[in-house]
Amino acid sequence: MIENSLTAVDSQPNGAGAAAVVAAGAGCFFFSVCAMLGDQSAFFHRAFTFSVAAGPLSGVSTTAIVAWLVLWAALRARWRKRDVALARTNALAFWLLLVGLLLTFPPIADLF
Amino acid sequence: MEISTRELWTMIHGMGFGALYLMACSGALVTICRRPRADVPSTTADNDGRFLQIYLSVMAALAWITVLTGTYLVYPWYRALPPKGTTNLAAYPQHLLLSSPITASWHLIGMEWKEHIAFVVPIAITMCAAVSIEYGRNLNRHPALRNAILAIVATSLVAAGVAGFFGAMLAKTAPIEGGATIHLSSETTP
Repeated sequence: MIENSLTAVDSQPNGAGAAAVVAAGAGCFFFSVCAMLGDQSAFFHRAFTFSVAAGPLSGVSTTAIVAWLVLWAALRARWRKRDVALARTNALAFWLLLVGLLLTFPPIADLF
Repeated sequence: MEISTRELWTMIHGMGFGALYLMACSGALVTICRRPRADVPSTTADNDGRFLQIYLSVMAALAWITVLTGTYLVYPWYRALPPKGTTNLAAYPQHLLLSSPITASWHLIGMEWKEHIAFVVPIAITMCAAVSIEYGRNLNRHPALRNAILAIVATSLVAAGVAGFFGAMLAKTAPIEGGATIHLSSETTP
């Protein structure tokens, strides 16, 4: 009983970790969506060409990284001081990561 | 014996930073797996926690250096446009690959997949490093977080493996050439 209460006092809320995991999954998913847009739309191809030498990959990566960091900061601010249901946040993060990974494979990305 | 500056940077990008990252993944997986549970007394938990923080941070730095050198240094040489009328495409790897239906898939699938999947790696490993720094030895008290990190490091290994495989195959099929030549040694014939 005492050990349990000590553990509860010692333990750090899992919210900050969950925010990082969810943001990483969403960042990978967002990167794949940006990459698809850059490949398949002439407008986004031009819009994502931040560097002429590196082409649309420069804008795709910069946009996705900024979105990932903003989402991470927002989720962290919201969840930092509390515990969240890690099973659900991990599942969400892994689905986003899995779909993001699948969408990086050109034959799958070209289906959309 | 000589090497061009572009070949040297391609080697540093792939066989240096990229390969080092791939090798580091196995160490990270073992280190995360062997962390003791919170209810098991351990005198090494503090040291292990610090080691994991430094190890994952170095991996994150390696991953970022790999993708940034790839995107802004090597990739522009790969996708350079040949001047009109160029018949020898050896210095323009993307166009060399696309010029033949036998090699076009190396670009259309290989390079397209590599340039996108590679960016999953630094995002994933930066998250792992940040969580290990945030929680330190307390990570043991959150097995679900620890398992998430473990799975994401494994995923980053797969993603880096795909990028590394296609990088090696592309370097073999259409190597990036050009730039100044660096003479490493010269043999005098007797």
